[in-house]
Amino acid sequence: MPLHFELVTPERLVRSDEVHMVVVPGSDGDFGVLAGHAPFMSTVRSGEVLVYPTAGTAPQRIAVEGGFAEVNERGLTMLAERADVVA
Amino acid sequence: MASLKALKLRIASVKSTQKITKAMKMVAAAKLRRAQQAAEAGRPYASRLDQVVASLAAKQTIGPNSPRLLAGTGSEERHLLVVCTSDRGLAGGFNTNIVRAARRRAEELQATGKEVRFYLVGRKGRPPIARLYPGQIVHQYDTGDIKQVAFDDARRIAEELTVRFAAGEFDVAQLFYARFQSALVQDPVGQQIIPVQLRAANDAAAPSTEVEYEPNEEEILAELLPRNIAIQVFRALQENAASEQGSRMTAMDNATRNAGDMINRLSIEYNRSRQAAITTELVEIISGAEAL
Repeated sequence: MPLHFELVTPERLVRSDEVHMVVVPGSDGDFGVLAGHAPFMSTVRSGEVLVYPTAGTAPQRIAVEGGFAEVNERGLTMLAERADVVA
Repeated sequence: MASLKALKLRIASVKSTQKITKAMKMVAAAKLRRAQQAAEAGRPYASRLDQVVASLAAKQTIGPNSPRLLAGTGSEERHLLVVCTSDRGLAGGFNTNIVRAARRRAEELQATGKEVRFYLVGRKGRPPIARLYPGQIVHQYDTGDIKQVAFDDARRIAEELTVRFAAGEFDVAQLFYARFQSALVQDPVGQQIIPVQLRAANDAAAPSTEVEYEPNEEEILAELLPRNIAIQVFRALQENAASEQGSRMTAMDNATRNAGDMINRLSIEYNRSRQAAITTELVEIISGAEAL
């Protein structure tokens, strides 16, 4: 079952799609989110989010600046002040 | 009656005015579309942040230890009115309406003996407010070189406001801007931003399961509150940008139409006087020939 991942900045909706796993740079340490993760909320430090579209593939990297992440039954939502896809 | 020459010049001048207002209207229409898109793109973030802050704050009881941005300073004596206007005029009643809304509020507050200060964003609000309330403007945030509203600007304004709040310069802050409804209708509104006002948390949306927080609820809330203010300022600036263009578009459309009417009137007058002149000339020739 894929994980629904949304990344939003104040200026636009950066991403909204189904992925395998996302690794988020939480302020108390990185954490990975798979489908079916327990409800969770954390602030995010500036760093890189790793998005794994499917299991076993190389991750896409997105640089984010400040914000927080929320995991609920609908998936993972990240609110970042800034987000740039790292080439 | 004006001479033929004068009429002709007049028509030419109105025509060139019409050209300018028409071009301004077209530019405003294009900018309006962009501003509207930007405002729509920002909606998901704002609504999610709202939900989260509301659900977090609902769990907190307001006590002496809760963040001051949420609980307030405990007094309501000093008010800061944050007035957002545009940098350019020729936008109909856009700036006037915002300033009027802020002024009404300031009069209300002063009538009850409160202290009022102004924080201005944009250039056009300064002259009327400086005239009515000399010495009460604490700062003016310059938006002169901003083409499209960026979140960084909103964050800078919000940071400055929170610093001033933390320094105890004011107790309550209100934000004045024009809410965009359509190209024809823009509502000047005042909205309280400090202390943060919460919409009643939607019970249906509240998760039934226990949510884990990291680091903890208080710290997350403490970090989200300033961000929430930045987002509200950002929304206001975006709405304002759209309203400004909408208002300018309507104003310039009216101006173009008025210029058209004026050209018609002047052309008729011009043709009439031309004919009168020809008739007089003919009568002169004929009576001259008859006299011989």
